[in-house]
Amino acid sequence: MWDYTDKVKEYFFEPKNAGVLSDANAIGEVGAIACGDALKLMLKVDPGTERIENAKFQTFGCGSAIASSSALTELVIGKTLDEALKLTNADIADFLGGLPPEKMHCSVMGYEALQAAVANYRGEEWADDHEEGALICKCFGVDEGMLETAIRVNKLTTLEMVTFYTKAGGSCATCLEAIEGVLARSNEKMVAEGIIPAEAAFVAGQVEVSGVIRKPQAAKAPAPVSDDFVPLDIFNEEIRAAAPQPKLTTFQRIKLIEDVIEEVRPALQRDGGDCELVDVDGNNVMLKLTGACINCQLSAMTVAGVQERLVERTRLPIRVIPVKAPGH
Amino acid sequence: MSVRPVYLDNNATTRVDPRVVEAMLPYFTEQFGNPSSMHAFGAKVGGSVREAREKLQALLGAAHDHEIVFTSGGTESDNAALISALEANPLRAEIITSVVEHPAILSACEHLAKTRGAKVHHIGVDAHGRLDIEAYRKALSDKTAIVSFMWANNETGTINPISELAGLAKDAGALFHTDAVQAVGKIPIDLRNTPVDMLSLSGHKLHGPKGIGALYVRRGTRFKSMLKGGHQERGRRAGTENTPGIIGLGVAAEIAHQNLESDMPRIAALRDRLEKSLLQRVGNAFVTGDPHARLPNTTSIAFEYIEGEAILLLLNRAGIAASSGSACTSGSLEPSHVMRAMGIPYTAAHGAIRFSFSRENTKEDVDQVLEVMPDIIARLRELSPFWSGEGPSTGAFQPTYA
Repeated sequence: MWDYTDKVKEYFFEPKNAGVLSDANAIGEVGAIACGDALKLMLKVDPGTERIENAKFQTFGCGSAIASSSALTELVIGKTLDEALKLTNADIADFLGGLPPEKMHCSVMGYEALQAAVANYRGEEWADDHEEGALICKCFGVDEGMLETAIRVNKLTTLEMVTFYTKAGGSCATCLEAIEGVLARSNEKMVAEGIIPAEAAFVAGQVEVSGVIRKPQAAKAPAPVSDDFVPLDIFNEEIRAAAPQPKLTTFQRIKLIEDVIEEVRPALQRDGGDCELVDVDGNNVMLKLTGACINCQLSAMTVAGVQERLVERTRLPIRVIPVKAPGH
Repeated sequence: MSVRPVYLDNNATTRVDPRVVEAMLPYFTEQFGNPSSMHAFGAKVGGSVREAREKLQALLGAAHDHEIVFTSGGTESDNAALISALEANPLRAEIITSVVEHPAILSACEHLAKTRGAKVHHIGVDAHGRLDIEAYRKALSDKTAIVSFMWANNETGTINPISELAGLAKDAGALFHTDAVQAVGKIPIDLRNTPVDMLSLSGHKLHGPKGIGALYVRRGTRFKSMLKGGHQERGRRAGTENTPGIIGLGVAAEIAHQNLESDMPRIAALRDRLEKSLLQRVGNAFVTGDPHARLPNTTSIAFEYIEGEAILLLLNRAGIAASSGSACTSGSLEPSHVMRAMGIPYTAAHGAIRFSFSRENTKEDVDQVLEVMPDIIARLRELSPFWSGEGPSTGAFQPTYA
């Protein structure tokens, strides 16, 4: 039996806004064939104000899929389309008091349905680029597709780097063997395609798994695989403790945030992407991803990476929120 | 909330019979001796273990009591059988099994393929879960070390024609193993007259305790012990015997053997009534598996356009325990390999619910399911985008798939 929160149970047993919305003018239909989930989100949008006046859903899926869909409708009613688009799957999960890692894809489905519904309203074509596979790291909810993409795009060849990029295996470490398998398979394909040299490829069984468990590494950061990447040792308390503890004015804080964003831009630009600081509201940093970053499967990782760096540099609980348009 | 509990998930595990518990208790206290010991503490326990072995022998219809090796359960028995077959027959390195086996066989085969270079043939099934006998015949050769087909499928209850399958393996000079975890205690088994070389069973599926099982190894079969250690079980399974478990399994086997003939038709009648009535009351539902060769206690019904976990959660609230072939109950994100192997469409496979009975179920249990099930299905279909009004909304709903 899943460890569902009371809120998930409440929204499954007594779902709000279930059913057909006959006067809907924005409809999003998404599904994940592997998981067997499918969601139809129906919105009634006021054309003048672009405010969502009503929302209903129909869901084919498990308890948490139904609860996530219902939570989504509660979250979007009363918001303008632009406000609603800022919602992420994490907001849906948070609204429900959390979801088991295996079930996070249910909240992703809600996020996608919302994107699809807004695209439908605006007469745009929405293409899903979310890939799913077997869940590998249960602690951080990282699935096989996400690992493969991270390994391929960043040319990762060690278990350690995979953990740095994706967090997978960074907590209980029971999935290290499974990560090794994905890494070895991906590297083998990459060697065959000439993406990495054969001698760089990871081969399972050639490192001591017991030695991979994270040890404090204050003195020596692991060798980066590409020169534009500086690993963030998010597991290393010593590095965090050693960082300066600034007392910043609002101006200094925003200036520092700007500086950090400027620092990460060259790395993004090298991959054909870019980002732009839109606004700072307290500890919320609104960031607009542009160029190749739009629709990039790794955009969530990019955002997480920028956030980690901001947190490290400012020593503040910064939250990076990806936004579509500058200002609103 | 005081709903009457109804347990219909007996293929997952069964309640330990109170007579079994009672028989086991002394072996935790005064009868604590090691059966291998020379002194009186051990001797008495040794005698009880022998009796338990004889009781299990009777249930299996085995010719000799020493053909039974006690293990920790079905998974260990399955692993031991496959590993032994490869080790004992170095000139044969192929395994034939089916796509609908339990993970204890499938994962072990995958591991043996990876670590020992074993070649594994996976025989497919038809829409009713029946093995492709022609493909099996073609896969058999003088390279086949072992054939392993389950006696009955855990999800659908489909029974394989074990005598015929085993006969074909013998003709090819291969060993034949069967995972009979779901069959033992539910249908008659007569190993004296069935050409099976090895058979796995598990205690907790027949009202015995968990953590105990057995591997039947036909007399004369070359067997290599998987666990290395002491001389227990005639050198075929090292490790001090789980004496309370063995005693419990013995009593469970004795009770199952005594009641089998009267239990089978009674349980089948309950199952049939549930199945027929549900199909009458709920449309767009069908039984999976082979209706002509099925365990008497199992029914797997696929309810279209809704998802299994949601059904189970609502059933659970009504006090009813069942299980599902749906993805979401396992966390694997994919519907069960058995449903997929039978080619059940995913809108139905995810809504497959298994009800599995035991001798402890009653007419009232069936009534309780019949009372709540139609409403549960209707309620979830109302939520489903694949459904509108009284039927499936064909073609109207076409989501963007990941």
